[in-house]
Amino acid sequence: MTEQTASLDAPAAARAKPRRAPSRHAAGWLLAAPLAAVLGLFLVLPILMIAIVSFWGATEFSIYPAFQFDNYAFLFGSDVTYRVFGNTLKYALITWLFTLLIGFTVAYYLAFHIRSLTWQIALFLLCTIPFWTSNIIRMISWIPFLGREGIANSALLSWGVIDAPLDWLLFSDFSVILAFVHLYTLFMVVPIFNTMMRIDTSLIEAAVDAGATGWQVLWHVIVPLTKPGIMIGTIFVVTLVMGDFITVRFMSGSQSANVGRLISNDIGLLQYPSASATAVILLITVLMVIGILLRFVDIRKEL
Amino acid sequence: MRSDLDLELVGLTKRYGDTVAVDGIDHLFRTGSYVCLLGPSGCGKSSTLRMIAGHEAATDGAILLAGRDISHLPPAKRGTAMMFQNYALFPHLSVRDNVAFSLRMSGMPAAARHARAMELLELVDMTAFAPRLPAQLSGGQQQRVALARALITEPQVLLLDEPLSALDPFLRVRMRAELRRLQRELGITFLHVTHGQDEALALADEIVVMNDARIEQAGPAREVFDAPRTAFVARFIGAHNVIALAEGRIAIRSDELRLTAPQAARLEGRITGIEYQGTHVALTAAIAGDQEVTALLTDRDFFGAPKEPGEAVGLGWDDRAAHKLHA
Repeated sequence: MTEQTASLDAPAAARAKPRRAPSRHAAGWLLAAPLAAVLGLFLVLPILMIAIVSFWGATEFSIYPAFQFDNYAFLFGSDVTYRVFGNTLKYALITWLFTLLIGFTVAYYLAFHIRSLTWQIALFLLCTIPFWTSNIIRMISWIPFLGREGIANSALLSWGVIDAPLDWLLFSDFSVILAFVHLYTLFMVVPIFNTMMRIDTSLIEAAVDAGATGWQVLWHVIVPLTKPGIMIGTIFVVTLVMGDFITVRFMSGSQSANVGRLISNDIGLLQYPSASATAVILLITVLMVIGILLRFVDIRKEL
Repeated sequence: MRSDLDLELVGLTKRYGDTVAVDGIDHLFRTGSYVCLLGPSGCGKSSTLRMIAGHEAATDGAILLAGRDISHLPPAKRGTAMMFQNYALFPHLSVRDNVAFSLRMSGMPAAARHARAMELLELVDMTAFAPRLPAQLSGGQQQRVALARALITEPQVLLLDEPLSALDPFLRVRMRAELRRLQRELGITFLHVTHGQDEALALADEIVVMNDARIEQAGPAREVFDAPRTAFVARFIGAHNVIALAEGRIAIRSDELRLTAPQAARLEGRITGIEYQGTHVALTAAIAGDQEVTALLTDRDFFGAPKEPGEAVGLGWDDRAAHKLHA
């Protein structure tokens, strides 16, 4: 296009062009360089470092460079590893189910039941209010609510619903998943809301015109068209939950473990090679999960 | 002649808060006819169509189809089907599944509904495209699919919301011939909303001109074009001059205006513009009262006695060509 117009406009411009081309190339590289440098320095390099250290050796008081598979052998030989990975996947799956259910419902309400843009923005901001404080504060604030003497238990007791305080409300899988769902539902709402907003409302009318009931419209039109958003939200939630360690520590009262805690314990004991090996396996697991998810929806096409 | 299957609007009204989109219109659409709802944007024609389709609730009034009041029925139970302006094809479904969608919703088994969908695709000449996705089709092809999808429910009335506006001019002319052919073949009522008067004239048995939430004039296409009742219709349908005379305002088709010698003329004017249009020459002239009129002369007439801008001319017409305007 530009070449054509240039040569049509003026021969002088055409002659000047070859000299300009390399400089434009250089400008492109220069523009991309800062981000590439940041990613290279702070993402690729550390990951390479972790991969390298995972092959190092360790004694009780030192670590030494080497190339051995001891860490991996120990990891795959231990029962704990499988249980902890299983537990991590369980957290991810259950959290995903709940965030998806809640996130889809909230996004649906915002996108299709709120007519005015002002209200949509207002309610959307309301959803983000929990994010105005830190993760840890939001998590800790559950403790007085869920504890043995907490608000939930005393309310249930006073209503006569239960006779003795429920112990599983806090420091249990229940509280861990509750905290996860609370923390990460918004990561489901945002991408789903986004894709829903781009659904042409005349498609819904066309479906109704063709005799579809409310549920049929939902299942045959809205859900398929929202898939990319669901997929992006799923990737957010799954990676965040699988990489988390602080939520599990606080909310389970150190009674449950996930991979993140395994790594953080190793680091606490200065067992960097072992921690690195676990981290590498976790990274591979997460990448595999994402790989499987991307098989279902071609996100590049949908974006 | 009235038939039992006619579609009738009785005092149909749509209000959004304080604004009135459709102001108590009454009209009888004869079954099996091609009707165009014509009007400028915001005149209420789309709201009328959407109320008939059931996508908008009527504030007041009734919609009768084949003798029963359908105004409170859900869209799919009305005996109408709608073709949307941007076709509204489901992007995630193949052409065949798009067409079979309503049958799938009613629980028809896959084999039967696919066979039926292929019949409809045959009707619009799109069988070869059955496995494609809508995004892989051109505008005209998408429209054919949308038509097939609307027709699969076997509606008594097909509602078309500006069906040709998204097409390029060449395709528009071809698709309108296609629409007309389909309507003749199927023998059902087509109710077509448009703001293009050429489209309405080319297609319609009956034209309903709407303006300002009301029906301005309704009748056979030739009648509406030949004898506009109001100044609005005369201007909107085009090719007319609205001239204010001592005895009232009249509408005269531009091609009914003749140039005469100034002495014998009904009106005198001065030429302000000459535009060559191939078969015709459009000549604009300023007349008394700061009005401007356009006379459409055949190229032979004009070049037989060429004129120059600024020349004084007389304008004449036959009495039968002048139509008194009511508003």
